[in-house]
Amino acid sequence: MARARTIGEGPGGGAGARGFAGWIERRPLAALLLTLAVVLLLWLVLADWPEELERWLGRKRVFVSALLNGITLGGLYFLVATGFTLIFGLMRNVNLAHGSLYLFGGYLGYATVQATGLWLPAFLVAFVLVALAGLLLQVLVFRHMEGEELRQTLVTIGLSIVFADLMLWVWGGDFYQIPTPDWLAGPVDTPIVLDVRPNGEVVYLRYPRVRLVIFAASVLIGVLLWLAINRTRVGMLIRAGVDDREMLAASGVPIQLLFALVFAFGAGLAGMAGVVGGTFQSISPGEDTRFLLASLVVVIVGGLGSIPGAALGALLIGLAEQFGSVYLPTYAIVFSFLIMVLVLAFRPQGLLSVR
Amino acid sequence: MALARPGPPPATAAASPASTAREAAIPPAAWITGLVLLLMPAIASDFFLVQVFGWALILGTIALSLQFLAGYGGMVSLVQMTVAGFAGYMVAILGSSGLTQISLGWPFWLAVPVAILLAVLFGTLSGALAVRTAGIYTIMITLAIAAAFFYFTRQNETLFGGFLGFNGVRAPVFWGIDWRAPVPFYYLCLGWAAIAWGLVVWVVRAPFGLALQGIRDNARRMAALGFDVTAHRIAAYAFAAFLAAPAGILLTWLNGQIAPGTVGIGPVIDILVIAVVGGLGRPIGPFVGALLYVLLRIFALDALVALGLSGQRFQLLIGLGFLVTVLFSPDGILGLVERARRRGGGASERGGGG
Repeated sequence: MARARTIGEGPGGGAGARGFAGWIERRPLAALLLTLAVVLLLWLVLADWPEELERWLGRKRVFVSALLNGITLGGLYFLVATGFTLIFGLMRNVNLAHGSLYLFGGYLGYATVQATGLWLPAFLVAFVLVALAGLLLQVLVFRHMEGEELRQTLVTIGLSIVFADLMLWVWGGDFYQIPTPDWLAGPVDTPIVLDVRPNGEVVYLRYPRVRLVIFAASVLIGVLLWLAINRTRVGMLIRAGVDDREMLAASGVPIQLLFALVFAFGAGLAGMAGVVGGTFQSISPGEDTRFLLASLVVVIVGGLGSIPGAALGALLIGLAEQFGSVYLPTYAIVFSFLIMVLVLAFRPQGLLSVR
Repeated sequence: MALARPGPPPATAAASPASTAREAAIPPAAWITGLVLLLMPAIASDFFLVQVFGWALILGTIALSLQFLAGYGGMVSLVQMTVAGFAGYMVAILGSSGLTQISLGWPFWLAVPVAILLAVLFGTLSGALAVRTAGIYTIMITLAIAAAFFYFTRQNETLFGGFLGFNGVRAPVFWGIDWRAPVPFYYLCLGWAAIAWGLVVWVVRAPFGLALQGIRDNARRMAALGFDVTAHRIAAYAFAAFLAAPAGILLTWLNGQIAPGTVGIGPVIDILVIAVVGGLGRPIGPFVGALLYVLLRIFALDALVALGLSGQRFQLLIGLGFLVTVLFSPDGILGLVERARRRGGGASERGGGG
């Protein structure tokens, strides 16, 4: 069985920067194309669009909004998919109940905000309670079927059916939206110039503050996670466990404790993402499958078990979804799916995965 | 119900230990089951015939295609319901339906084979994608394909009719028989289920099926022996799609419509539940699971309401049943029955010896 030994590590296996430099040396053409794409994107965002371009792509406002929406949605997808990929990387458990954990977190967050009127504690409540649920699952169920990957996956499918119905029972089929707190409500002026009016007045893009803050938070979480995995002792143990679980257990590490911790943490991340999703969009039955699917596609694209892969995959899928829904509404879903198909066809192990 | 019964203990075999292998291969329970199924229209009402047995046979056939892939190929594919639904969609698009601006109105003898062909193509392509990576990835990739197809049909108005899908898709009338009438439709379902079952039983003993089982057990060794592992796996997906596609068309005819709900995540998972609960070990398992599922689906509502719960808690029942099966009897009801029989058989043998 091939393994993805890449949690926290960039391609090339070294520290991030060295790996990236190595990649440029190995793939000069790809690096050139990547640079060109970034430059083009920057130009599209910063330049005053000529008329010709507006005829092709529509208003600049639409394009830049789609770009920002895609990036921030990618941040949300990253939060959901990280837990999924982390749990898989260490325990080989494809947790198809991950979407249920996300939805559960969303409902818990909503209930907290309703009860206390405070937004930030909702994250804490969702994280702790969903992490507890994950811990119980790992200790009561998955520990007893270690090594039986298919059976574990089937169990997670059964659990997702049961959870979905229980949540439908408790919270009903309504849509809930977690209200944005006052200090985050409203738009913020970005330095991105949309248009220069004939009278010399400059029009800047206004963008919802809460989305930017949440995106910044998810980037922060991603960086902290990367540091935790690459620079701390527990992170070292996790990396060792991803590479060779048996050997790690044999060297006296309390591996069951490690498993329980990682499962709880991954589940907690999904729960927190639920609060984010509830503020961004809304929570309702069916969102669990939607986010499960998103996580699946993200980790298939990025590389199962790889956190940088999850970040890249989340960004790509978020962008594909937003640009798809703006420019080709009836075929939006095909876009992210097409990315998955292309990755599977040319690099089946995922973009940022070293086998 | 006839399917679910384990059958009478093989008293004849116990009486004459020198029974031939051929007799042992076809147990009397199978003969009785077959006979009961053939004569079913004489005893069952139209409702039972179509809504219970017809539906169970259709779902069983789709689940059988999953059982073939999972049990003999080691690939748990969640795309089988999607392949079936794809065939249903194709029949609605190519043949006639209530959505006259989309349906092409081809005659059924052209629409049905082309629909099956396209669905097999779809299943083969899905398989080709899924076998790019092995093991546990299969379940993820096929689930992603199934979900993408579901969301696509729901979004796409121009070709797939959007959220409402197609209604008024009916079984044809030919040879002077109205195939949408209960008795002919029942035989149609029974006929394809029997053919599909027979095909699976035959294929798993044919060289291709044996090679597939070899690949399931040890892909590396089979590759070293010169077998093309990828080609065998993709061929298995094509064969499974060929089993599922006609069943999907029958399902569309049974419901009279095809909509995104038919290929949603729920039904996709239900097919897995049916196959696993019935038992992935043998081709008859999915049919046992399907009958149980259909009976639950129809009668559990009343039972749930009687217990003071809302009838909507059906999914909870299905989920719990699936969990209990996976946790306590991973080889499904068939495995349970077999173990019970072995225990019973062992006891009687000991009794006879003493």
